[in-house]
Amino acid sequence: MNRAFTAVLGLAVAVAVVFLTLPLVAIFWQIGLGGLADGLRSEVARDAFRVTLKTNAIAMALILGVGTPAAYFLATRRFRGRALVVTILELPLVLPPAVAGIGLLAAFGRLGLLGEQLEGLGITVGFTQAAVVLAIVFVASPFYVRQAISAFEAVDRTMLDASRTLGAGPAKTFWRVALPLAGGGLGAGAALAFARGLGEFGATIMFAGSLQGVTQTVSLAIYQEFDVNFDTALAISAVLVVASGALLFAVKAIPWWTASRSTSPSLFARSAST
Amino acid sequence: MVDSLALDISVPLRALRVDVGLEVGRETVALVGPSGAGKTTVLRAVAGLVSPERGRIAFGNHVWLDTERRVDRPPEARSVGYVFQDYALFPHLSVRKNVSFGGLRQVDELLERFEIAGLARARPADISGGERQRVALARALARDPSVLLLDEPLSALDAHTRNGVRAELRELLAELRLPTLLVTHDFEDAAALADRVSVVLDGRVLQTGAPAELVLEPADPFVASLTGSVLLPGVARPGPEGLTEVALDDGTLVYAAERGSGRVGVVLHPWEITLARSDSADSARNHIRAPISALVPDGDRVRVRVGALTAEITAAAARDLGLEPGVTVVASFKATAARLVPLAR
Repeated sequence: MNRAFTAVLGLAVAVAVVFLTLPLVAIFWQIGLGGLADGLRSEVARDAFRVTLKTNAIAMALILGVGTPAAYFLATRRFRGRALVVTILELPLVLPPAVAGIGLLAAFGRLGLLGEQLEGLGITVGFTQAAVVLAIVFVASPFYVRQAISAFEAVDRTMLDASRTLGAGPAKTFWRVALPLAGGGLGAGAALAFARGLGEFGATIMFAGSLQGVTQTVSLAIYQEFDVNFDTALAISAVLVVASGALLFAVKAIPWWTASRSTSPSLFARSAST
Repeated sequence: MVDSLALDISVPLRALRVDVGLEVGRETVALVGPSGAGKTTVLRAVAGLVSPERGRIAFGNHVWLDTERRVDRPPEARSVGYVFQDYALFPHLSVRKNVSFGGLRQVDELLERFEIAGLARARPADISGGERQRVALARALARDPSVLLLDEPLSALDAHTRNGVRAELRELLAELRLPTLLVTHDFEDAAALADRVSVVLDGRVLQTGAPAELVLEPADPFVASLTGSVLLPGVARPGPEGLTEVALDDGTLVYAAERGSGRVGVVLHPWEITLARSDSADSARNHIRAPISALVPDGDRVRVRVGALTAEITAAAARDLGLEPGVTVVASFKATAARLVPLAR
């Protein structure tokens, strides 16, 4: 009875593992090493990687630059409406990407809410690389901010108190204590957001279009090439599988690595008494 | 006083209100009491980590908090050295960087002084509890604080290192002569480290005095129990020969030389109670016959529980008398050894 039950559980795991890895294995099996090299040499693939890396780098800078202080504020202060603010910041997580794209267009597009003002300033957003960046920031930032809030919340408040009594003001305490201690969680959050940004498709295609060399990111290139040149689509996909795997590994490894280097003092107080 | 810390604060907490007034000169004052009594809150208020609802905290002429004048200086603007419970060393920084974090005084000098120079590059996770305590002290003193705050400085240590560290700490405090507030739940630690002890219960100071004073003249039953004394509740009335007769709650009559009336507690030190196998004629006025309920060895002494009494005798005497649980003995104490404290109920 017991063994039969264990067998059922084991079978469920096996089914899940096979089903989820099969498509990934299929990509590599279908393309082969030679096809991979050829596919990546194509102009479309090279342009797509260049656009993707550039737009994601800018987007990540924006996400980290704004998201980190915002997360610290939300993690260390309690105020009325805090839950509402956090919910708003998390909304893009559950929002369909197509809706995000329409929304961005309605806000920043030429005929959008701020379109006229932006045009007055000589700024066009829709269907430019800036639009790609905005789309990535919109869909990927919650992944970072959520993780950053919990990383800051996990920092022992006594550490912040100790820093203050040692003469460091709130800003210095943030830089020298909170940021390094939350570093693992922040790194994991950044990796998650980056992974989401790399895969961004729906909002980008509606808000930025798919113009090779300008707004065509890898995900858009895969979509376009699978009609035209399936091998190129496979080659780009293969690279993304490896990149995603590396990012997932980073998400899991970064907190573990930082934790093993810095045990919290309450932990070693307990181990000392045993 | 120019160099003293004066505080008079009221801090509402979830379950109680901490109302404490203290003046700490160049001395160590220990706040002793059970956990949850509000002791740490007092330290946090002095450091500026919690804002009292009303009150005033000043070091000499420097006003750190005055709710009436709307003064509330942030922690970094108060000259306070705070040694946290569990020490709160920064885990991501080396010992040296921990000590130099506040960065005013010569770090090398401090590392030498606390014998942690050899650990300068180690991380807090890799050093022992006693070493961590020294790092925490060095870090707190690195800014040349005017006031030193120590929260349970010995509780994170195992019994083995505790006594040694306690002696070191005592020497250090004597040498620093800083106004020092120390929090502990252990009266013995407080007595060993502090010049004066304030017993705190439910957010209030019950009694402040030299450790010996609290032992000899507890003003409150809780103070008596905290210092390790025996407390027997009863009702007092004038008795024969100028003595006070106290009818204990179990009906036993005992006599005290002190005057008292109404609801009182008879306070005794365990070492003032003698034990015998049978009644004997002696000068003690009080004899209580009861079976032994427990024997607890404590070094070369034994604490013997007889009815509501606890007697402390030498292990040798316990052996000679053949004491063991269940054996009926006579516990005796002199009327002059019994002190009376008024009880509320």
